[in-house]
Amino acid sequence: MSAAPIERRDLCDLQGPPLAAASGVLGAMGLIIQRELRLSFRRPEQLLQPLVFFLIVTTLFPLGLSLQLSLLRDMAPGVLWVAALLSSLLSLDSLFKSDADDGTLDQLALSGQSLTAIVIAKTAAHWLLSGAALVLVSPLVAIALGIPGPVFPVMLLSLALGTLTLSWLGAIGAGLTVGLKRGNVLLSLIVLPLAMPLLIFGAGATDRAISGISSAGALYFLGSLCILTSTLAPFAAAAALRITLE
Amino acid sequence: MDSAAQAFTVEKAHVWRGDRHVLKGVSLELHSRELMHVSGPNGAGKTTLLRVACGLLRPEQGRVSWCGRPIGSIRAEFQGALAYAAHEPALKGDLTALENLRYMIGLKRRHTRAELEAALERTGVGSCAHLPVRVLSAGQRRRAVMARVLATRAALWVLDEPFTNLDAAGSALVSGLLAEHLERGGMALVVAHHELPVAGSIRRLDLQA
Amino acid sequence: MWTWFYRLASPPYVYRTAASLIPWLMTAAALTIGYGLIDGLVFAPPDYQQGDAFRIIYVHAPSAWMSLFSYSLMAVAGAIGLIWRIKIGHAVAAATAPIGASFTLLALVTGSLWGRPMWGTYWAWDPRLTSELILLFLYVGVMSLRAAFEDPARGDRAAALLAIVGVVNVPIIHFSVVWWNSLHQGATIAKIGKPSMPGSMLWPLLSMLFGFMCFFGAVLCMRLRGEVLNRERQAAWVRGVVK
Repeated sequence: MSAAPIERRDLCDLQGPPLAAASGVLGAMGLIIQRELRLSFRRPEQLLQPLVFFLIVTTLFPLGLSLQLSLLRDMAPGVLWVAALLSSLLSLDSLFKSDADDGTLDQLALSGQSLTAIVIAKTAAHWLLSGAALVLVSPLVAIALGIPGPVFPVMLLSLALGTLTLSWLGAIGAGLTVGLKRGNVLLSLIVLPLAMPLLIFGAGATDRAISGISSAGALYFLGSLCILTSTLAPFAAAAALRITLE
Repeated sequence: MDSAAQAFTVEKAHVWRGDRHVLKGVSLELHSRELMHVSGPNGAGKTTLLRVACGLLRPEQGRVSWCGRPIGSIRAEFQGALAYAAHEPALKGDLTALENLRYMIGLKRRHTRAELEAALERTGVGSCAHLPVRVLSAGQRRRAVMARVLATRAALWVLDEPFTNLDAAGSALVSGLLAEHLERGGMALVVAHHELPVAGSIRRLDLQA
Repeated sequence: MWTWFYRLASPPYVYRTAASLIPWLMTAAALTIGYGLIDGLVFAPPDYQQGDAFRIIYVHAPSAWMSLFSYSLMAVAGAIGLIWRIKIGHAVAAATAPIGASFTLLALVTGSLWGRPMWGTYWAWDPRLTSELILLFLYVGVMSLRAAFEDPARGDRAAALLAIVGVVNVPIIHFSVVWWNSLHQGATIAKIGKPSMPGSMLWPLLSMLFGFMCFFGAVLCMRLRGEVLNRERQAAWVRGVVK
């Protein structure tokens, strides 16, 4: 193979045209999402583990409390949400961990793309694989806990918004704790207090729907939390990664 | 074709890790067609210096410049002209060699599959292109990393111990690639424990612990 | 004016100035807290609703206020250290964190003691106390994160980022807890709020608040001196001081 030429004719000609077109941001983000999905599907057991954890945690509550279905139904939204929170946290630890361990995080930081865009792509892929999966499994859990069918749309919407917000918050926590010993415990310690509003509004929305009151208010709050976090968290998570990379 | 302006400089970089003064005012200057060989005992800060050169680590004092401009202000252009190979091969074990290259080069620039395959061929792991990296030997992984460096078409190569895990043929390959790179007008910053059998202008930087 | 600012960021200057401030702040704190306690605990008339139990407000309200103030100060100082890379900012943030956490704990304990005569129990998930509890968790998170890093400089930066994220969240958390409480608690549970305040109640409260601020300042100066010494231990001026 003949040696490929150096990127620019004159080494320091920063204004001159490059020999090959640079990658656009959206293209790069799509590539990263593709990479994440491909990596995850090659290890399918790692996708299933948080979901199984979700089911196990939900089972703990009836076992530990009572079989009185009416009581269970009262507690159902909270139980569902706590279980969803804990299983999401479990999977968040791996958001940056494997890349940090094998050195590919350095390469991502040096790829010429903005670290914020990279964080958005990785977090979006992560949510698709964990949060969205959780939302899809939640009807099963809801039936087991006695949540009535008509409430499902509110429940699913609140879980979708909530797990997405949690992924963003978790990205900040993961960025700060990747590479620390017992980082996963610290991750939970950091993220859970920040996630309490999510729990309140999410479980509250479902609760109100069960009682027949309008849950629109709670859903609006949840939605605005989601938007706020989606816009601010990527920058914070990228900043956290830069601190970690040093 | 040599530009008069200094192409890559590090000026008086100081880095502390806790109490340890790891880099004590290190400076270096690299022009086109030059190779700087960084040597020194373990713990002298060679890897730290390379990370400062790449911009991964901001020195507490000092400056890194590319073509006269600080790298913080021309981040995208500088990273487009840089290829960094750390001591550990940065490859995802579950992806094939070709996929690894595709996902890394693809972030920097548009490329064709043939280019990546040719790069893997050039470094002697063309037959492994479709194997997951975790089944490759350490030497093969090192060659795949060199293929990535080659495929970036970067002007500045920053290599941390590129000869690790390579046999005689592999070492000769890396030396050959470096020589060709210099001949094409590129520059390289290399950490190595032994002498570099590379034709071309070699400068030396010895770090003391 | 800029020279003053540069001096403010200089560790030896901070070390000396903090030393000279401590006695003044401590005296002011002792006087105002003393007045506040005596006037509030002894002389102020009992509240017509809560009787004598409300008097704990003289410790509880200033503590709660200080806990929020400390967190904000910690976040601002951390931001100064993170964004402008002024190292004294990190020292202030590190010094403030345990003080703020202690005020939070004090607010929780006094709030719980206040709740006992009102609710019949030491803890009833009152919105204000629940918010304080979550604030305590935030403090613990920041302190744990700082301690988890082997390289203290990175630990400072990580803790500063977390503090900034936390400070944005504090109003959100408080609002959501109030909303949650309004759903689930009936009006039968009395909230530990400020009773309507005639002057005889207000002055001791303000005095206590001022006193707590001075006390906070004094303790901060003490801790800050220790932090500065520790962080600058390689510097020549420190060796001169320690000798």
